[in-house]
Amino acid sequence: MVHTSLDVVDEKISAMGKALVDQRELYLGLLYPTEDYKVYGYVTNSKVKFVMVVDSSNTALRDNEIRSMFRKLHNSYTDVMCNPFYNPGDRIHSRAFDSMVTSMMIQVC
Amino acid sequence: MADAALFEFLHTEMVAELWAHHSDPGPGGQKMSLSVLEGMGFRVGQALGERLPQETLAFREELDILKFLCKDLWVAVFQKQMDSLRTNHQGTYVLQDNSFPLLIRMAAGLQYLEEAPKFLAFTCGLLRGALSTLGIKSLVTASVASLPTCKFQVVIQKT
Repeated sequence: MVHTSLDVVDEKISAMGKALVDQRELYLGLLYPTEDYKVYGYVTNSKVKFVMVVDSSNTALRDNEIRSMFRKLHNSYTDVMCNPFYNPGDRIHSRAFDSMVTSMMIQVC
Repeated sequence: MADAALFEFLHTEMVAELWAHHSDPGPGGQKMSLSVLEGMGFRVGQALGERLPQETLAFREELDILKFLCKDLWVAVFQKQMDSLRTNHQGTYVLQDNSFPLLIRMAAGLQYLEEAPKFLAFTCGLLRGALSTLGIKSLVTASVASLPTCKFQVVIQKT
């Protein structure tokens, strides 16, 4: 399911490039709703894509909460990149990153 | 800001250190040290390429990315913008800095021309690393005609 949402992300990015849209925002918004889940996308300038899958029963999540979650994800990812022991492209083993993500997920549930 | 001086001193020491313990003073050893410096710059450039564009809007085309390098990256690292950017619109860009901070303390003119490449290798790597995080594979070389003016040539590798 994440793979199909990646296709939608690619579609949105290429649409952004061709159309003369002024909005060159990083946040892509709700990608598409399925029966059980909602999927949100965010792409960085370095073409790193963040995909968030949310249970549809959780209707309390607002747009700006999702935006702030993506912003926190982006910040933590940047910190991971700046770690000299991390090689870009590897799986992320950073405990700080994991704990940030877990605390975000706990906050939402 | 005092930070600029800190980086300059660190960089000078890095170059001096690599050349002080030269086991192979011939051209082979020189190339090794130059590529070590370039590799260091590459990793730093990768991290900077992630952190600096964080709040900016998405880049629409290659030229935007090069302009970002000339303005934001240069200001962040050297506290000044690149003096000129030229392109042949076919994947080659020439970035010129008329008073490159890492060379300006050495000389003004032709003295130390042979030593200049050592002080440019790290910066070439920096540019290459930042470009690679932003999705562009490139080859960066530097040339000095007379200190402290230097040109960085970026050739985009088409895959």
